[in-house]
Amino acid sequence: MTEALHTTEHPNGAYVFKLYIAGGAPNSVRAYANLYAICRKHFPGSHRIEVIDIMKEPMRALEEKVLVTPTVIKLFPFPAIRIIGDLSEENAVLTALGLPQKEKP
Amino acid sequence: MKKIFSGIEGFDDITCGGLPFGRTTLLMGGAGSGKTVLALQIMVSTAVKHSTPGIFVAFEENARRVAANGEIFGWDIPGLEKQRLYFIDACVQSDVVKSGSFDLAGLLSIIEAKAKEMGAKLIIFDAIDVLLSLLDDPAAECRELYRLNEWLTHHQLTGILTAKVEDGQPAISRRYGFMPFMADCAVLLSQRVADRVAARTIRVLKYRGSPHVLNEVPFVIGQHGIEVGSSNGVHPEPQPFDEKISTGVERLDEMLCGGIYRGTNTLITGSSGGGKSTLAGAFIEAACGRGERALFISLDENSRDIVRDLATLSIDLTPYLDSGLLRMESVRTESASSEEHFMRVKRMIHEQHPRCVVIDPLSALARVGGGLAARAVAERLIYLCRNKGITVLFTSLMEGSDPHLETTTLHVSTISDSWIQISYALLDGERNRALSIIKSRGSKHSSQMRELIFSEAGITLADPYTAGGEVLMGTLRQEKENAATLEKEGAL
Repeated sequence: MTEALHTTEHPNGAYVFKLYIAGGAPNSVRAYANLYAICRKHFPGSHRIEVIDIMKEPMRALEEKVLVTPTVIKLFPFPAIRIIGDLSEENAVLTALGLPQKEKP
Repeated sequence: MKKIFSGIEGFDDITCGGLPFGRTTLLMGGAGSGKTVLALQIMVSTAVKHSTPGIFVAFEENARRVAANGEIFGWDIPGLEKQRLYFIDACVQSDVVKSGSFDLAGLLSIIEAKAKEMGAKLIIFDAIDVLLSLLDDPAAECRELYRLNEWLTHHQLTGILTAKVEDGQPAISRRYGFMPFMADCAVLLSQRVADRVAARTIRVLKYRGSPHVLNEVPFVIGQHGIEVGSSNGVHPEPQPFDEKISTGVERLDEMLCGGIYRGTNTLITGSSGGGKSTLAGAFIEAACGRGERALFISLDENSRDIVRDLATLSIDLTPYLDSGLLRMESVRTESASSEEHFMRVKRMIHEQHPRCVVIDPLSALARVGGGLAARAVAERLIYLCRNKGITVLFTSLMEGSDPHLETTTLHVSTISDSWIQISYALLDGERNRALSIIKSRGSKHSSQMRELIFSEAGITLADPYTAGGEVLMGTLRQEKENAATLEKEGAL
């Protein structure tokens, strides 16, 4: 499934993410919430997040060389980027995604 | 305490049996100090000798390259990889974006799964500092390292972590100063330059619950990996031999009352061009003539030149070289530290199995790696031969013009069993070689000074002729000899 996402199956320029988490670790939970919030705000209706729990599927993480958790890989649109951390520094995430930074209040 | 026997000569000596099983060991050192090689060698060795599978996690260097480096040392990594070794390439990608906190839980669950799959007991984290620096926060680094340590303990895995430190100051290295405290065993590898010659040393900083050698011990990275110059070499005392063997010079044997004892060492001192190498050549020829395997190590001189020079004195070593009975090796002293030379000579002895060895001149070792180090190496060479029952003859250059200053550069004369001195006697406008025996342990010897004569017929010592309390040499001796002959003829 994931291979297909790289090439043909990406639907209409949707943002596709893989999020690697370590079970219910606090930073993993935060990462999911933060990624979800960013997606809802910036790519409403055109995003997909696949969550992979390393505790359950360690070999998938090995294939992707995911060493630290949480790790987010943006697969599409190209180029693929890799972000590590709980995504609490939102501006860093936005810059990496090519989005304008949040204005400081 | 259960230990992982590393199988590395010397290393198991200084750690008193290897690294702690089921615990964490930290290997520290500067860039190029040999941390990765040591870690890999331990893993390969335990995989081969104890069938213990291991996982190598490479954070800095490409894992394939680490494996390829191991193959240079002749380790069968591809063969081992089928069952017992697994390399995880964990190079941190430089283009990764950081946002917020993260930890190593992911990595650990990967390793855990893999370790369970292959039954691995040993995990190596190579360049853990690279991974930690990704965290970029001292508190987080400390936390994650403790997480790693606890994880290893929990799963009863033996961990070897390698980390870069500022050379020579591990404890003061601010950033990872806590690391040695955490680990159960900490080893420091360093590389230092003395007199322009680099020398590697290894030291066990701490070892919880186990005795260990405290001293800094030299080591080399040789053809087959790391070899540590063990310091607590407790060897059984060799049985002394009663047999005497020839020095290759008949008249010298007479002076020594039958030659030198087998298994002992003989020192020949003299100034440059005195004929030390020639006497050494005669000794080797005699050994080979008896059918004994021999090794001739010349420092800073081409062995072919020596063979050629000896041939002019009717000492022909070529047939023995051809048959392999004799091995000649010439070593450039400046090419390596004295410690490396020791390891090389040790290997040569191991390969050649000689009964007689020549090291010519041993004093050349003093040119590299500092006087004290060279002296220790010279002594260890002598003891190595003694322990193997090898009869060794080594030469030493006497510096300076004072022939009465009977000291050697490396002070090896004190541990030598026999000591032969070649000096120049200046008398009546002539310079002649004079040989005397300064000591010969456990044996009677002549105390006369004799003229040493090199000719196409070989090496010999002239009959002593004295006049006015002086030993006559050269033309004066010949005159006296002729006179004596005439006298004899006259008497007839």
